[in-house]
Amino acid sequence: MPHDHPDHGGISPSGHPYRPDQDGPLTEAQALEIAVRELLIEKGIVTAGEIAAAIARMDARSPAVGARIVARAWTDPAFKARLLADGSAAAREMGADIDALKLVVVENTPDTHNAIVCTLCSCYPRTLLGLPPDWYKSREYRSRMVREPRRVLAEFGLHLPPNVRVRVHDSTADMRYIVLPARPAGTEGWSEEQLAAIVTRDCMIGVAVPRLPG
Amino acid sequence: MAERVRVRAWGSHGLHVRTPHYLRGRTGVIERCLGPFPNPEKLAYRLPAEAQTLYRVRFTMAELWGPSAENPDDTVDAEIYAHWLEPADAP
Repeated sequence: MPHDHPDHGGISPSGHPYRPDQDGPLTEAQALEIAVRELLIEKGIVTAGEIAAAIARMDARSPAVGARIVARAWTDPAFKARLLADGSAAAREMGADIDALKLVVVENTPDTHNAIVCTLCSCYPRTLLGLPPDWYKSREYRSRMVREPRRVLAEFGLHLPPNVRVRVHDSTADMRYIVLPARPAGTEGWSEEQLAAIVTRDCMIGVAVPRLPG
Repeated sequence: MAERVRVRAWGSHGLHVRTPHYLRGRTGVIERCLGPFPNPEKLAYRLPAEAQTLYRVRFTMAELWGPSAENPDDTVDAEIYAHWLEPADAP
């Protein structure tokens, strides 16, 4: 038997460490969340079903929403102009459910590369990109991105030549940002769906650029 | 508001402040005006929050980090409320 004991060496048969059960006491924030949620339900302000539906709606958001907007901007110059002038209005025009998002779209050009950070906390265009990746919220990304963005981008595999100006956008207040990447050469004649498929989350944060498959 | 502005170098200024320390006392240029927004320093505490004009201000890496800047001409844009800004030539 390769695996007689369920906790042999703390490693599962598939080679991953076991995650311990969460048997510790609740944190203050966890206790507060449960108390407020139960009170809201008890008082009839919201139902448990409504809370579950709201969570499902948030979980359903993904970078595909932002990618669709980028692909439209690549294929429709008039839409791109509206997107750069008023990001929120243009996103709503595409039918994106963006709540109260105030969107600024920053465009990559042959001589400018844009990247997004929130040094103060973790502001992120969730309605267009879904939940942020863990690294986006890390102290390391938040502090280094405004200090040495080229080194950070290189660690993501994006090496920018010195003649390309880097513009970092710190989401300090009411706006949220996405990067409009440059449309790669070799995509002439592609449909919006084909184009959207190469626009990743990281391209819209500005730590990557779209690449052709293969 | 002047085109060239300096971020006020206030130290402690309440708890919910949206002006990062690394920008305080630094000079930049207004990239665009974003219009009026309720002052978050009051809004966060459910106090009556007056409208403050919000600007996007662009700083060069040279201005922020001096000779140790990674690339002096690269920039950081940040949103700063009007009450945190003064003309760059103010004493």
